[in-house]
Amino acid sequence: MNPAVEVPDLAPALPEIVLAVGALFLLMVGAFRGNGATGFISGLAVVLLAAAGVLIAMMPPGTATTFGGSFVVDDYARFFKVLALIGSATAIILSSEFMGEPERRRFEYPVLIVLATTGMLMLISAADLIALYLGFELMSLSLYVVAAIDRDRVRSTEAGLKYFVLGALSSGMLLYGASLIYGATGTVSFAGIAAAASEGGLPLTFGLVFLFAGLCFKVSAVPFHMWTPDVYEGAPTPVTAFFAAAPKVAAIAVFVRVSVTAFPTIVPQWQQIVVFVAIASMALGSFAAIGQHNIKRLMAYSSIGHMGFALIGLAAGTTEGVQGVIVYMTIYLAMTLGTFACIIAMRRDDGPVEEIKDLAGLARSKPGMAFFLAMMLFSLAGIPPLAGFFAKFYVFLAAVNAGLYTLAVIGVLTSVVGAYYYLLIIKTMYFDEPAPALAPMRFELSAVLTVTGLFVLLFFVYPAPLVDAAAAAAKSLY
Amino acid sequence: MIAAAFFYLFSGICIASAVMVIASRNPVHSVLFLILAFVNAAGLFILMGAEFLALILVVVYVGAVAVLFLFVVMMLDVDFAELRQGFMNYLPVGALVGIVLLCELLLVVGAWAIGPGIVRTVVLPIPPAETVTNTEALGLVLYTRYVYFFQASGLVLLVAMIGAIVLTLRHKPAVKRQNISDQLARKKAAIIEMHDVRPGQGL
Repeated sequence: MNPAVEVPDLAPALPEIVLAVGALFLLMVGAFRGNGATGFISGLAVVLLAAAGVLIAMMPPGTATTFGGSFVVDDYARFFKVLALIGSATAIILSSEFMGEPERRRFEYPVLIVLATTGMLMLISAADLIALYLGFELMSLSLYVVAAIDRDRVRSTEAGLKYFVLGALSSGMLLYGASLIYGATGTVSFAGIAAAASEGGLPLTFGLVFLFAGLCFKVSAVPFHMWTPDVYEGAPTPVTAFFAAAPKVAAIAVFVRVSVTAFPTIVPQWQQIVVFVAIASMALGSFAAIGQHNIKRLMAYSSIGHMGFALIGLAAGTTEGVQGVIVYMTIYLAMTLGTFACIIAMRRDDGPVEEIKDLAGLARSKPGMAFFLAMMLFSLAGIPPLAGFFAKFYVFLAAVNAGLYTLAVIGVLTSVVGAYYYLLIIKTMYFDEPAPALAPMRFELSAVLTVTGLFVLLFFVYPAPLVDAAAAAAKSLY
Repeated sequence: MIAAAFFYLFSGICIASAVMVIASRNPVHSVLFLILAFVNAAGLFILMGAEFLALILVVVYVGAVAVLFLFVVMMLDVDFAELRQGFMNYLPVGALVGIVLLCELLLVVGAWAIGPGIVRTVVLPIPPAETVTNTEALGLVLYTRYVYFFQASGLVLLVAMIGAIVLTLRHKPAVKRQNISDQLARKKAAIIEMHDVRPGQGL
């Protein structure tokens, strides 16, 4: 009497399955070998993430869906998945010193990062609201724990608790919005919502607002940014580097996918929300960062501002805009990882330092690091010919072509304001009286800094591969 | 007829024990009344033909949540009499909020109708209760069509478990643990000493 059970096609989800099974395996290794094996497990975790990346790269081109349409793999998903994997793997590499200290050695740290990455990949491939929520929860729960991983330090536990409480609140809003959307359309799949939502309606718009509120929290866009500076400052620096990179990429990816695939018929409804959020994020990111002394807090405001810039591309609501978002997030990832490699390297013999004034005179004690950090900061400010300029260029271009002139002008103005505090750091490094010298930079940090620095510096020479790949990825979404 | 009698029995006890949850002075009694309310609610579910929900309610809420409450109530030294002080002062506001909520609920339930567009978009129709029990119906889709969500939820729970262990478990070196292999490896010669005790002398 039972209907024939159809086994879902597992091939499109192979990278996620590999990561999940691999995380369980690493957990067993850790359980049997204890915290002493943390270094070994970190190495295996990086290998695992790289293997998932290879699997994604080897996937046949085109769009594949599985699990009853809940899971979709297209060019867009593959591009963002590779970005998220790069971000997570680099974050593990950047953490090797932090995790090397005997009292902090915890083998669960790389395992949790792998599980968070699994959540990110599920999120990027989500094609219905349940998959989106589960991906978010898997990612966020791991992030809450990782924020508090340095559990004997009050700041770290405070960051974890704050993140958890506010994150739970935002998940509640996201779920409430999802339930309203389900109530209005009777389906959770993005394609079904798009088909049922042709005429819009008040319940649907209401649900849309709550869903976007939850999404804005996850990408830390104003007005749901309040947690960001405290969590960034409180969490251990390598964890902050992780937070600023991969989860942001995944959250922006799903933000764009939800907006474009589930609500293509009611673009004006969500466009005004995204325009407001983008303007508010850019403005707050620029002005609030000016008064910061702590470089991690400054990076928090900087990332809020950058999310605002990335959302400009979404606000345009065109293929070109989505392409701009993809290019922006790629370059943002490189700039963030490079900058954090420098921030992690800010330590003296008695421990890490994180004030901007500790960088004073860095150009004299460490000219190489100062040069690359200056390039990163110039790029974050958006000064040509560095990569950050092109990131901003593509989203502004999309906004102008979509007729959003005000948004583009405000974007340019706020990026000028933002340039002030980036230049202030460069001035501190090059022209101020030297502070006591920092400890030598570890190999893996300088390797990450060099790779990202060269990418940022030389992007303008040959931007075609990235821009073309982004264009193909954006096209697969429409 | 019998079903109606059971309905009034279950709902009557359920409401009465719900009142006792907030009325009884002893918090342990409150939790026990809560368990009684859960069991009666499970009875109501069975009357509706939702036997899966009924058993889940007993297993999860009575078996886990209520027992957890009981532990918390017994382990924390909360003075409930003190917490209730000022209860009468807040009663008017509380009653007002309660009445507003009640009115809203009545309005919502009164005007509730399934939208005409929703029936069209239902992905999986509910099988008729005569042919498939609802446990079986859930099982048929849970492990096939929704296996992805099922596994993803499992991963989320795994992360929650890892998180709880990472953040709270501390190995204290001073604590002595049972080591079964050490216990089994002990030899008689190492632990038993034979003495020949003479009468009236002791050791």
